[in-house]
Amino acid sequence: MRARRIRAIALRLGGALFVLWAVATLTFFAIHLVPGDPAQAILGGPGSQAPQETLDRVRAEYGLDQPLVVQYAAMLGRLLTGDLGTSYSLKAPVAELIGGQLLGTLTLALAALALAWVIAIGLALWSSAPGRVARGVAGAIELTAAALPHFWLATVLIAVFATGLGWLPPVANGGASGLVLPVVTLAVPLAGFLAQLMREHLLDALERPFTVSALARGETASGIRLRHALRHAALPAVQLSGWAIGYLISGAVVVETIFARPGLGRTLLRATELRDVPLVTGVVLVVALVYVLMTVLTDLVAALADPRVRTAAA
Amino acid sequence: MSGAALTVRGLRIGYGGTAVVRGVDLDLAPGRIVALVGESGSGKSVTARALLGLAGRGAEVEAERFELDGEDVRGAGERRWRRLRGAKVGLVLQDALASLDPLRPIGREIGDALRLHLGLRPAAARQRVLELLERLELPHPALTIDRRSGELSGGMRQRALIAAAVVLDPPVLIADEPTTALDVGVQATVLQLLREAADRGTAVLLISHDLAVVSGIADEVLVLADGAVVERGPTAEVLGAPRHPATRALIAAVPTEVPRGVPLLEAARLDDPNAPLPAAAAPPAGSTADSAPILEASGLRRVYRSRGSELVAVDDVSLALRPGRTLGLVGESGSGKTTLARLLLALERPDAGAVRLDGGPWSESSEAARRPDRRRMGAIWQDPYGSFDPRWGVARLLRDALSVGGQESDERAVHELLDLVRLPTAIAASHPLELSGGQRQRVAIARALAARPEILIADEPVSALDVTVQAAVLDLLDELQRERGLAMLFISHDLGVVRHMSDELAVMRHGRVLEHGDAGRLFAAPQHAYTAALIRHSPRLAWGGDAHGPASTR
Repeated sequence: MRARRIRAIALRLGGALFVLWAVATLTFFAIHLVPGDPAQAILGGPGSQAPQETLDRVRAEYGLDQPLVVQYAAMLGRLLTGDLGTSYSLKAPVAELIGGQLLGTLTLALAALALAWVIAIGLALWSSAPGRVARGVAGAIELTAAALPHFWLATVLIAVFATGLGWLPPVANGGASGLVLPVVTLAVPLAGFLAQLMREHLLDALERPFTVSALARGETASGIRLRHALRHAALPAVQLSGWAIGYLISGAVVVETIFARPGLGRTLLRATELRDVPLVTGVVLVVALVYVLMTVLTDLVAALADPRVRTAAA
Repeated sequence: MSGAALTVRGLRIGYGGTAVVRGVDLDLAPGRIVALVGESGSGKSVTARALLGLAGRGAEVEAERFELDGEDVRGAGERRWRRLRGAKVGLVLQDALASLDPLRPIGREIGDALRLHLGLRPAAARQRVLELLERLELPHPALTIDRRSGELSGGMRQRALIAAAVVLDPPVLIADEPTTALDVGVQATVLQLLREAADRGTAVLLISHDLAVVSGIADEVLVLADGAVVERGPTAEVLGAPRHPATRALIAAVPTEVPRGVPLLEAARLDDPNAPLPAAAAPPAGSTADSAPILEASGLRRVYRSRGSELVAVDDVSLALRPGRTLGLVGESGSGKTTLARLLLALERPDAGAVRLDGGPWSESSEAARRPDRRRMGAIWQDPYGSFDPRWGVARLLRDALSVGGQESDERAVHELLDLVRLPTAIAASHPLELSGGQRQRVAIARALAARPEILIADEPVSALDVTVQAAVLDLLDELQRERGLAMLFISHDLGVVRHMSDELAVMRHGRVLEHGDAGRLFAAPQHAYTAALIRHSPRLAWGGDAHGPASTR
């Protein structure tokens, strides 16, 4: 039993390390496929007009004159010692830069996840009631919501609630009111996905014999939904939430840029534009780490909720 | 009728104008068990649901009288029904694994009725549930109460399911196929609990298609056919002297008492109840207990390892299949029957021991070396639909089986196969989805026989079928064995079925064969305590007189 648990944990850790390595590797080579010169980036971007000698000196200093494989090995060596390096463009340690931005993005992503859950549960419960109309309407809402691009939704929300009605600020102001529109923008499409998944499982659970058993005990229709079916519907949604965090952080790139919110997303976008290899790699690694942690967490929650998962994963 | 727990007169149920139940009268009295029997589609389940106001949305339920515990419930609305369900009438469905919420502890499931009807707080409800679990003799109630159905043994979760229905001691208890698909030991537990409920003064309605289950426990039997009661009376009378063909068909479908070789459907004597039992067909020529085996297994062992734990699925099993003879393999679920079948078919490699085909190597050969001999073996599984490619029609399924078996695969060959399993040739054009369960299993048999095998491995081939369909499929297998001299391994958890089909019998438990020998002898004088218990628990038609004479086997 003990040995089995240790093995399971070791497997998990190994898997996580592999994901992080794969992410670092992919990011490293992907960014080198983008045209442009990192030496230029170090010297202040393509507009810097730096003389050839300076470029050469910078290349030698940062090891950029070495073959790509050597650069890759050097980066891995650095990462292994826990050093994320120094940003080319901001000339500051990557770890510090990310540390300053992480909280803002995590707040945004987690708030969006929570809101998406609330919307999805409401929508799923409402639409699983008997009658085809509610189901059809909800289906249409979910499909539309899931298909909405973040930039479009953000633009519309700003136009209506900030510019038009003036209820909420159009850009981040560091307070709670500035968080509303970005969170809604991120939450709505995710809620579409979640609600579809939940409704499908909710309806499936309502068809199962234990529903008849519960009805035969005198359970009410809403009792059946809340005490029985919702649990069955929530499980797959919990498991999807690990993936959702990755989805939300990638959405944060767009949302943070539009709402001028400081955060990892905006940092990543700028770093990519500037070919700031250490910063890009650092951000992507941290996001991957958050993703891995969330997946472990959702698996744990699922195991708590469902003994069948526990025995399968133990 | 005074003191009746439930009185129903002229119950009619229809869906969208189509009558499903046409005028059923029913009286349930305290302390009595009434059985409602019939094939699937006869309307018995709908009747049961209607008695709880659960016939479903769009059901048109009408009755001249409908009194539950002295209260007229005709036209009761959802609110009123909710007050009655669980308090005045309880429902037990089949298999607790599906009928209890797998995500909730059984204590909560059982306590639901207390919360809903008495408004008990969780702590008080828990106390009551604990007392009930003790009364129902569940081991370690304090631990069990927090377990979910999937974490309990079959017998325990079935007790929990019944507990959830009787926690408020409703005057009426309805059990809808409560033993179907359960192992015999668990079946016996369920029946005993129903009997105890009746003895405490509950009026029980038992719904089943299995007369063997009904015969041992019911005081009165109602036979339902096509939505109407065609025969009713005390159990001994109805089963001992059945008057209606539907009753006779149900009785015939219980194979326990029909000797080997006698076709079940003929034994039913559908037209003339007084005709003598047809003679058993002669066994195929040259098939004796000591003819040379075609497939022989010795010392088979198969261990499944997963993350450090070991499960010995098959442990030191030796057996032999002989042409024209059937070896029956019986055991509860999880005893290793299917693993053994897969080992014999060389779909899995044994960890020890070997299977030999015609004295030559089989399990030890490479798959390439086995391939030419593959066609000599056919297999039928419990769920035929699961073993078909869902995109293929019947003709394509059969052509595929024919060509894989190295046979002509033209239209004529397909029609011959369909003829063989007594299916109309028009079925070739249809899709398995459109077929009934019995037709699908016939297609599965046709597929298994397409390559003209000498050996047939049948793993629970009739478990998913309705009783009368089951009888027809069993008769077919028997006939085909005689026509073709098949060596057959017949696997089932149903002792009655195995007994009717087998020359020899092997009893399996925890991966081992406990007992192995001539089927008749084994039944008459089981050597092992487990076999004896299996036979004792196996429901048999018992109503005093034995309509089929002595239960002899060949």
